[in-house]
Amino acid sequence: MEWYLPLIWAAVIGTAVAMYVILDGFDLGIGILFPFAHGEGELDQMMRSIAPFWDGNETWLVLGGAGLFVAFPRAYAVVMPAFYLPVIVMLLALVFRGIAFEFRTVSHSKTWWNVAFTTGSTLAGFSQGVILGGLIEGIPVRNGGFAGGPFHWATPFAFVCGLALVAGYALLGATWLVMKTEGPVADRARAQAKVLLLAVLGFMAVVSLWTPLAEPRIAARWFSLPNFYFLWPVPVVTALVAFLLWRWLEKGRDIPPFLATIALFMLGYLGLVISNFPYLVPPTLTVWDTAAAPASQIFMLLGTLLLLPFVLGYVVFIYWLFRGKVRVGESYH
Amino acid sequence: MEFDPVLLARLQFAFTIIFHIIFPSFTIGLSAYIATLGAVWLKTGNDRFQLLMRFWTKIFAVSFGMGVVSGIVLSYQIGTNWSRFSVATGNVLGPLLGYEVLAAFFLEATFLGVLLFGFKKVPPWLYVLSAVVVAIGTAISAFWILAANSWMQTPAGFEMKDGVAFPLDWLTIIFNPSFPYRFAHMLNAAYLTTGFVVLAVGARYVLGGKYIEEGRNMLRMAIGLTAILAPLQLILGDQHGLNTLHHQPIKIAAIEAHWDGSKPADFHIFAWPDEKAGANHLELSIPKGASLILTHKMNGLFPGLLSVPENERPPVKTVFFAFRIMLGLGFFMIAAALLGAFFWWRGALFETRWYLLVMAQCWWIGFVAVISGWVVTESGRQPWIVHHILRTADATSTVPGATIAGTLALFVIAYGIVFWFGIYYINRLIAQGPRGPSSEEAGRFSRSPLAAARDEGRDALNKGSSA
Ligand code: HDD
Ligand code: HEM
Ligand code: HEM
Repeated sequence: MEWYLPLIWAAVIGTAVAMYVILDGFDLGIGILFPFAHGEGELDQMMRSIAPFWDGNETWLVLGGAGLFVAFPRAYAVVMPAFYLPVIVMLLALVFRGIAFEFRTVSHSKTWWNVAFTTGSTLAGFSQGVILGGLIEGIPVRNGGFAGGPFHWATPFAFVCGLALVAGYALLGATWLVMKTEGPVADRARAQAKVLLLAVLGFMAVVSLWTPLAEPRIAARWFSLPNFYFLWPVPVVTALVAFLLWRWLEKGRDIPPFLATIALFMLGYLGLVISNFPYLVPPTLTVWDTAAAPASQIFMLLGTLLLLPFVLGYVVFIYWLFRGKVRVGESYH
Repeated sequence: MEFDPVLLARLQFAFTIIFHIIFPSFTIGLSAYIATLGAVWLKTGNDRFQLLMRFWTKIFAVSFGMGVVSGIVLSYQIGTNWSRFSVATGNVLGPLLGYEVLAAFFLEATFLGVLLFGFKKVPPWLYVLSAVVVAIGTAISAFWILAANSWMQTPAGFEMKDGVAFPLDWLTIIFNPSFPYRFAHMLNAAYLTTGFVVLAVGARYVLGGKYIEEGRNMLRMAIGLTAILAPLQLILGDQHGLNTLHHQPIKIAAIEAHWDGSKPADFHIFAWPDEKAGANHLELSIPKGASLILTHKMNGLFPGLLSVPENERPPVKTVFFAFRIMLGLGFFMIAAALLGAFFWWRGALFETRWYLLVMAQCWWIGFVAVISGWVVTESGRQPWIVHHILRTADATSTVPGATIAGTLALFVIAYGIVFWFGIYYINRLIAQGPRGPSSEEAGRFSRSPLAAARDEGRDALNKGSSA
């Protein structure tokens, strides 16, 4: 039991993070694409396509953070100080983009809230990418605490990951718009999605080559035998999904591109998990080293088993309620 | 320049959480008010309640947005600034926060979406039900976060091993000795806070001669509520204090600026506590008043500040004055609410202009009382972060002071901008009034609100597509 519990919790948190990346990913992506829209009418349309969902989407971030605190307090206590500045920047960015939703609707001059929305969304995505990159590169730990300086995370690799995530979120946002809007907004999103897809593939290639070259433990994970026999399909399936995504965009399909983008994200995520498991704080602390007391993990697991189905239930409910396309000039209010 | 990281981390946390608590104090109460309006609307079919409901929902949306974003900051700050605290208490506090997220935050966020955007999409009963669910969600959220905070005040149901707390009994942890009092007192505080905002807005409308009917409704509802809750808060607070005397006597000594426990304590209406000298200056006191309140005996004794070494005493001035602000506002609220009820009973409520003029200015008193109350509670616990278990100075992360100072400055600037725009927009929504600028919409619904909404809802649910 003591051996399985941390694994179960790693799966739960992994799911929360995946939910967050996809769900908040598309609405952050809308923010990143905001400057390319023409006029307030289009901006309203884009905003309306995500307005009923964003708060719930962001709650997965809270669950991810709280989950780490619940299940792996010692990892939480190392990771948060290690990424102090990017975390605070991300939080402030989320503050500005979050209030932009409400303030934009009630203000007369929307320009500044549009700027806040774009800057906040982009910076939030970038910081998350930087944190991810820094995590892959590893965190120095001494006496159970973070042992580096305030800018330890600031490496070229982390910046590349930051840009990669911004591009990825923008792709999610663009394919979301393809699915949820019509008219000029959807047409432009379709064109943007193709460019973004190429960018994302480029970033995926760079990260996939960079990590094994820089981190011998990751190279060993992928290229040693027999691992390689099991792992080679991951890049192949990724290429296949990317190809399908491109085709569906060309053919003018509405829903499949978004689903394919989700699949692309999940494959990238799978790659990261394969590279780093079982480390929560590479290269020193594993899920077992940092686990909370079994009594705490069990207590919260019961709550999760009981409540998560309800949560998923009303997530499905709200997406179902606001299904269909958002038109220009239409309002829910 | 040297920065003290502990002090800065405390300042940063105090600043961000005080900013945060402003919004829950309002949204917990406002969501309940909106749900009540909705229920009355469904029951009576009277348009005015639907109008009021939708009006307050707009204000709610702006406040809720600020509450959410500032809350997310807090949940991460526990890790960034208080990492040793996280390790020491994670086993116990982690699940409490986890339950808050799963049981409350998702519920609030989802049904808020329905409340804000679903009016034309769902039948009225489901619309009103969403308001009720949001209100319940905010109360559940308060339940769990206050369980966590109360455990830090009066820890129970755990054992310490190598400086780390391990849970023994979850029910004892959640229902720790100060939790029932704190939960009742805080929830009531939130309803009171909102009550006085609604009262102020109602007074403003009646005085201004615009939206008179809506304003009268607000006045009646707010006075009816606060006339009961304000006196209740005195009773709850008194019980809360007696309980605290039992578990955190030094906090009470600081609240009363009571130094020498060998003598009965006076109640100081005013005093200037001198922490160096261990005595008060400029005392204006009711002799033996504090003994009477706290021990129910004229000559009752309770511990004084001098009974513990100086490094175990909380900042006396902060606790002492914050408590007096809360208490003063509490008594003011009782007086205001009872006076309002009296005028109402005499049928003069809407004509007593001086009363309405004063009340129109009093929208802020609940917020200040709540913040003062929390300063009493949190500062009174010092130097402990978890009472008698972990010192605040041993709870921080090893982050350099300059980093914390820089981000603190960023928080102050960012929150300053957010706060002033928030206040400005809320004020403008109030000035525009329940019929708002989009009177075309209001007009459409006032023709036949129930029927229109019902048809729409049925359409949406049956036909499916939202387009
Ligand atoms: C889960 C934990 C928790 C909760 C629910 C609260 N607090 Fe707290 N508070 C802390 C955990 C904490 C803390 C982490 O324990 C701090 C940080 C530094 C300290 O001394 O205690 C603290 C300090 C602290 C201080 C500074 C006191 C000092 O350093 O002298 C203030 C003014 C507040 N808090 C105010 C609040 C308010 C307004 C709250 C209402 C929402 C609140 N606290 C809830
Ligand atoms: C350490 C202290 C606290 C933390 C870490 C914290 C955390 C949070 C977070 C993460 C959110 C956003 C949730 C969302 O996404 O919807 C939030 C909102 C909320 N919090 Fe807190 N909170 C704290 C203190 C409190 C206290 C003491 C109360 C009430 C008594 C409270 C009541 C609420 C409520 C009602 C909301 C809903 C949104 C709103 O209107 O503000 N919180 N909090
Ligand atoms: C009228 C008389 C009141 C009394 C006797 C009273 C008493 C107290 C006491 C003794 C505490 C500290 C408890 C502790 O830390 O252990 C407290 C805290 C607090 N008070 Fe009051 N209070 C009163 C009125 C109010 C009012 C009017 C409000 C707000 C509308 C308010 C809001 C709070 C809050 C938010 C806290 C901190 C949370 C808590 O510990 O419950 N109080 N009060």
